[in-house]
Amino acid sequence: MTALLDWGWPLGVFTLEQLPFVRAYNNPTTSELIGAGAASLVVLGGLAVLVILTWFGWWRPLWRNWLTSTDHKRIGIMYIVLSLVMLSRGVIEGALMRTQQATGLNSGFLTPDHFSQLFSTHGTIMIFFVAMPFVAGLINYVMPLQIGARDMSFPVMNQISLGLTAVGAVLVMISLVLGQFSTGGWTAYPPYTGKVFSPGVGPDYWIWSVAIAGIGSTLTGINFAVTIYKERAPGMHLFRMPLFTWTALCAAILLIFALPPLTVSTLMLALDRYLGFHFFTNDLGGNLMNYANLFWLFGHPEVYLLVLPAFGVFSEVIATYSGKRLYGYASLVYATMAISVLSFTVWLHHFFTMGQGANVNIAFGIATMVIAIPTGVKVYDWMATMFRGRIRFSVPMVYATGFLILFVIGGLSGVILANPTIDYQVHNSVFLVAHFHNVLIPGVLYGMLAGYHYWFPKAFGFRLSEGWGYVTATLWIFGFAFTFFPLYVAGLLGMPRRSVSFSDPSFQPLMLIAVFGAVLIMGALAALVVQLFVSIRNRKVLAVPLGDPWNGRTLEWATSSPPPEYNFAIIPTVTSRDMFALDKARGTAFEASQNYKDIVLPKNTAIGMIVSIGGTGLGLALVWQIWWLALVCVTGMLIALIGDTFRKDVHRVIPAADVAREHKEWLKKIADAKPVNRLEEATPHNTGFAAQEDAQ
Amino acid sequence: MLERFGSRQSMLTLVVLAGALLLTGCAENSATFMAPQGAIAAAQKAHLIRVTAITMIAVFPVLILVPWMLWRYRYKNPKARYAPDWDFSGPLDLVMWGVPLIIIVVLSFQLWSATKTLDPYRPIDPTEGEMRVHVIGLDWKWLFVYPDLGIATVGEVAFPANEPVVFEMTSDSVMQSFAIGALAGQIYVMPGMTTALHVEADQTGTFVGKNMQFSGKGFAEQKFNAKAMSPVDFDAWVAQVRQEGRILDAASYAVLAEPSTKEQAQKALDVPQRPGGVIYFNAIPSDLLSSVRGRYTSGKPVDAMQQPGSPTYQTRGTP
Repeated sequence: MTALLDWGWPLGVFTLEQLPFVRAYNNPTTSELIGAGAASLVVLGGLAVLVILTWFGWWRPLWRNWLTSTDHKRIGIMYIVLSLVMLSRGVIEGALMRTQQATGLNSGFLTPDHFSQLFSTHGTIMIFFVAMPFVAGLINYVMPLQIGARDMSFPVMNQISLGLTAVGAVLVMISLVLGQFSTGGWTAYPPYTGKVFSPGVGPDYWIWSVAIAGIGSTLTGINFAVTIYKERAPGMHLFRMPLFTWTALCAAILLIFALPPLTVSTLMLALDRYLGFHFFTNDLGGNLMNYANLFWLFGHPEVYLLVLPAFGVFSEVIATYSGKRLYGYASLVYATMAISVLSFTVWLHHFFTMGQGANVNIAFGIATMVIAIPTGVKVYDWMATMFRGRIRFSVPMVYATGFLILFVIGGLSGVILANPTIDYQVHNSVFLVAHFHNVLIPGVLYGMLAGYHYWFPKAFGFRLSEGWGYVTATLWIFGFAFTFFPLYVAGLLGMPRRSVSFSDPSFQPLMLIAVFGAVLIMGALAALVVQLFVSIRNRKVLAVPLGDPWNGRTLEWATSSPPPEYNFAIIPTVTSRDMFALDKARGTAFEASQNYKDIVLPKNTAIGMIVSIGGTGLGLALVWQIWWLALVCVTGMLIALIGDTFRKDVHRVIPAADVAREHKEWLKKIADAKPVNRLEEATPHNTGFAAQEDAQ
Repeated sequence: MLERFGSRQSMLTLVVLAGALLLTGCAENSATFMAPQGAIAAAQKAHLIRVTAITMIAVFPVLILVPWMLWRYRYKNPKARYAPDWDFSGPLDLVMWGVPLIIIVVLSFQLWSATKTLDPYRPIDPTEGEMRVHVIGLDWKWLFVYPDLGIATVGEVAFPANEPVVFEMTSDSVMQSFAIGALAGQIYVMPGMTTALHVEADQTGTFVGKNMQFSGKGFAEQKFNAKAMSPVDFDAWVAQVRQEGRILDAASYAVLAEPSTKEQAQKALDVPQRPGGVIYFNAIPSDLLSSVRGRYTSGKPVDAMQQPGSPTYQTRGTP
């Protein structure tokens, strides 16, 4: 409270000791040096980006083509870039924690405080700034193409959502350089994260990065849902939508209903910390159990909103690379919807051990296990899709295989954990850590990476290197297995999660195997970067401009690669599922129209960047209690947002003649091209015009 | 039918768990329910194996069929049938939904009965009396109070084997989670609230107990030894605590309540320096558990300087 009135020092509670460089100079321990090293990486990395942009003169194209763009495709790509940058930090942190525990028999090289910051940032980053933006980016890019739309329903809001998500990520990155992040884990359970126990700025960084990004995610959910309901091409009934779009719809619904409890709980925690409220404090009627309920009321649907789109990717990938229709489309849709609804009924299984009676635990335990039914059905549906197919074992199929095999083991440990009786033993142990990594890595991450490999040629007009793709996928699969299977065993042996060190020597061999796995995962991350680099260098050889490198089945493949900014010259008319496959079979996939029309698209706008910069300023101001800056940022953003609504000239028109010319050029290229069969899929012959398979 | 499946599949489970079992071996200091030392932990282990075995009915086909199908239906296999338009089969769908459904129904009944019988609030034997131990979670140590014996300990809790014990717990800091893996599971220990755990050891021995819920810097060291003793040994132990202990008064409680490990607290108090930071007290305030809990429910503020576990805690608060 006193800080509220303290306007004397213009930088709030910020002092020089908050800089890791100063801390490392004063106290040069391994932990502080690692901290200072990480901070230098952030600063130097930031400077390097600025220098490169200036050197190559990329500021203007970056601003014009990307930062101010309202094109869902570019926004989707920017989401994924953000996600991959944050993934690299999250993976390094994970590897650092594995190294600490590998040397953690009675010691290790990190201080407990540093270790707890690592697991807090690792979890926060991986969930909110890797998984969420990757999912949002992939849906952003693919969904409007799959439903035959020109853009999202609210392109400007889409840009603002990305801006708000970026604010959260930037705040977490800044926390490496200014001050310290929370030590309270990604769930930030009070009272530990309350002012009394954590008086520093750490939890405030967590609160504002999650709260601000959370608002962005809520807006994203609204945008996705409205787009799917309102923008579908003529004839695209709900039950003709590709399965990825179905999962996008479910994710959107989950975003809309699950994010508000998160926003509420973080803001309540903020009220406790800033204004002396007592929602979750020990005294004066506060109760931490309310936080646990609110947080997991968000937290459980959250994992499904991440994994459902990954299921959607696998549905597309397995059907495409098996050269078959998806088995049990309706079953898959019902299963997806059932999971979405059930995901709101199981949150209590995150705290079976909180002392409630057996009956409550039984109800939530059974509800949790019930989710295994639709999830199991999905796995069987994918297997039936492979049955009597012609399977090309391409990179996304490697991910899909790793997913199917490993995910059912994660499901098994999930069913185990759903039993309160067993949960009493393994809750809060590394068994739990192994379980959720087992569903998040093979489930979400493999799904996202499979989608990245699958749709990359659509987005950029050239394929990713298959060879490096195999290396990456293999390293991810074995890296995961070596890292997390030992943790299952250590958890059964009673090793608590979040332990900076341990005294039981039987954990040590397991931790050594796990750190080997972490090395493989670091290799996977490196291979992912190399793959991108090699592919860009060989983009001429890998080019697939005609748009259909995998003999795809759904509408996103029915346009050039990369697609024109208006997606389709003529909005397709849909009469069936897998419309593009049907069109190709009938020979009507590539036809010119007699009737090109002017296309109206939204103009670029800087509002997303203004919100992004203002939001970052606001977040920093709130963390460091710099009230004048908070006031400036809020006022600035409000003026910009209201001012933007007065903009009248918001559209630009692409003349029908241009559309017709571009479309006919593309059709001509296809007419001249030699169709490529599936054996030549990974060769330079593949220019994105697929030969039709003959059925036996 | 299911019994038969269970026994066949449990062989597989045993292979999976073999690593865990081998590593525990016959370690005397059991920290895990994989080497159970009490009926509850043994039942939890049995439940784990049963659930794993039954669930494997649904999991196993995936592990076998996915690699097989990838090979059988590989693109270059001319012998495999290709049915690109086949996308539904009623009987197959029935199996796909039916088998998981049946498994979950069976598992649900198991879950129901196990959760009821192994409820941590349920006395082991309602007809028998229980030894009461009050547990107060502090940063980063557990204080065990024996209200009926007038003694208290830190870092070590002893009780007679083959007799039921009830731990009644509260926290005088942040939320913690009290666990003795070899005897029963864990339960959260929260400020202003009481939770309970009923246990009974089958045999004498020393088992590792710990806090499972992250609670700050010293969290990893918040462990203790749970000692199940013969009645004679237990009486001797109580006599030893009475003889060698010091008084647990407001001043010594305030030292315990500081954020410190039990070793640090032992140094800060004028007590014999036993290995493992073990501290004995031979006189205790009456109903310490209620007064610790009551401070948070009294309707009066507890500010940071009076809050054990807070970095600004001043050692002058009274329990």
